Amino acid sequence: MSDNKEIIRVSNLRREFSVGGEKVKALRGVSFSIREGEFVTIMGTSGSGKSTMLNILGCLDTPTSGEYFLDGVSVKDMSKNQRAKTRNRKIGFVFQNYNLLPKTTAIENVELPLLYNSSISAKERHERAIKSLEAVGLHDRLYHKSNQMSGGQQQRVAIARALVNDPVIILADEATGNLDTRTSFSILTLFQELHARGRTIIFVTHNPELAEYSSRNIVLRDGKVISDSYNPSPASAREAYEALPKDND
Amino acid sequence: MKLANLLKIALKALNNNKLRCFLTMLGIIIGVASVITMLAIGQGSKNSIKAQISEMGSNMIMIHPGNMQRGGVRQSADDMQTLEVTDYEALQRLPGIAAISPSVNSGGQFVNGNNNYPSTIYGITPDYLDIRKLKVKSGSMFTEHDIKSAAKVCILGKTVVDNLFPNGEDPIGRVVRFGKIPMTVVGVLESKGTNSMGQDQDDVVLAPYTTVMKRVLAIDYIQGIFASAVNEEQTEEVIDAVTETLRSQHKLKDDSDNDFEIRSQQELSEMMNSTSDMMTVLLACIAGISLLVGGIGIMNIMYVSVTERTREIGLRMSIGARSIDVLSQFLIEAVIISVTGGIIGIIIGILASWLVNIIANWPIYIQMYSVILSFAVCTVTGVFFGWYPAKKASNLDPIEAIRYE
Repeated sequence: MSDNKEIIRVSNLRREFSVGGEKVKALRGVSFSIREGEFVTIMGTSGSGKSTMLNILGCLDTPTSGEYFLDGVSVKDMSKNQRAKTRNRKIGFVFQNYNLLPKTTAIENVELPLLYNSSISAKERHERAIKSLEAVGLHDRLYHKSNQMSGGQQQRVAIARALVNDPVIILADEATGNLDTRTSFSILTLFQELHARGRTIIFVTHNPELAEYSSRNIVLRDGKVISDSYNPSPASAREAYEALPKDND
Repeated sequence: MKLANLLKIALKALNNNKLRCFLTMLGIIIGVASVITMLAIGQGSKNSIKAQISEMGSNMIMIHPGNMQRGGVRQSADDMQTLEVTDYEALQRLPGIAAISPSVNSGGQFVNGNNNYPSTIYGITPDYLDIRKLKVKSGSMFTEHDIKSAAKVCILGKTVVDNLFPNGEDPIGRVVRFGKIPMTVVGVLESKGTNSMGQDQDDVVLAPYTTVMKRVLAIDYIQGIFASAVNEEQTEEVIDAVTETLRSQHKLKDDSDNDFEIRSQQELSEMMNSTSDMMTVLLACIAGISLLVGGIGIMNIMYVSVTERTREIGLRMSIGARSIDVLSQFLIEAVIISVTGGIIGIIIGILASWLVNIIANWPIYIQMYSVILSFAVCTVTGVFFGWYPAKKASNLDPIEAIRYE
């Protein structure tokens, strides 16, 4: 689509599990590449292999066979610790259930990934956490504790946490799955804004409606890519958000 | 991973779970404190018994005439005249004997002007003071010269002084009568109070043994010999050496019985020690059980707290924590909890021992080993059972950990 740098390249990716002596083929030869600045949704019903795909892309899991290059480096041969380091430096995760540390302030949650990076000073850590909380619109909630915030706010904190290490890619796993429609659209708007600022985003979901808001849609079924389509003019999540009635009562 | 960051992570995690932390610590605190207190009470009572025995002279050996048959008739010990001054002189040369004194005594009335008091006069040498742990409070002990010349001098115990000099005059230099014999008071003994049997140890008068032998009793034998071994451990050897010497002094045949009896304080001290040992063992058992229960509590809470934080572990790993980082974090948490709990336990244990001493008036003695032992057991349990589930958690698949419900 463009001449942008290739961030992710997977070729003939296979992943097998053995469950109770039986082999389950979760991925059966998946190949695609993602370039910098793309907003990709990966879709599929449960059992399609999208979770396995996400785990491999997120360096949490390794493929049985096939190649995976992240930012030009092969992940397949990395040790456990190298993969941990890669997750720390190059990937930002956003989970369905936010996974914030309980009773911990927003800023401390956001600082967390940087604590595992010894080359970053305490001062820099603090500044970067503030910057990324500002980027998700939470500059007035820096010291709110995670349990004092709404679901949408918690997910924003989680997104800020994913941004804080300046990753090459943001991986979102059903990031709007736990939110009501209105909040979902506001989070989606945030993703679109990040995309507009040049972030590369992979959004894994089972919700087909979300495809129209991304720039590219990959559909998985039974461990294979069945469609890979570009969307030259994504719909605006902000418009959809504003079109929603403000008060449902 | 910087240690400072790791510490920061661990401290934050502890701060987020104050109640859980406190409960874990409580197990350690109670374990450590109870062990220290129990052992302090046990050791305290043991020490006080030991002190009482050594008050009486723990190395003391007493030699009395005994087991003598004259023509098939057993003699009462008082009538026996088998010990002589030469025996005493022979024993003096034995190695392992720190002090030795012959002993002759006689009861009688002491008179000073209008006051009189019945007491016992002990004929001894100055060594007797060391053997019985006596001290001269004022005046001085009589001398070797006094012994040679059988001088009419004496040293009074406090009870005797109180009765003969009720108005608080200084008895030194005064002359008191024992029966018809006038004796000059040269010194007063420091008070020892009653012994563990309830005997008044201050109701004594000491005089040179020659004086008592020649001037009071008019006898040429001695009634007993008191000696003390250099230390408690050598008492047995000394007893053997004394037996041998006395047998050869008395020219006894190999097959004849001793014509003397030797007793030491050791028998008494062993008996009393075994009683207090039993008590210490009992207390140590109770303390051991509380330590065990504390340890199980620690295991339990540590295990549960790591398990309930599986998702947190998964999250940390997904944002880049290595297994070793997760393990270190939990280990640091366990060390902080265990060591802090241990230190608080030591403080409370010492305070509790002190309270027992103040309130119940029990003697206590805190031993270093009980402090170290209980602290070590609790911290090791705490750290191990913090480490073990953390090790398991750090080996978890991050995907599984983060989805853990």
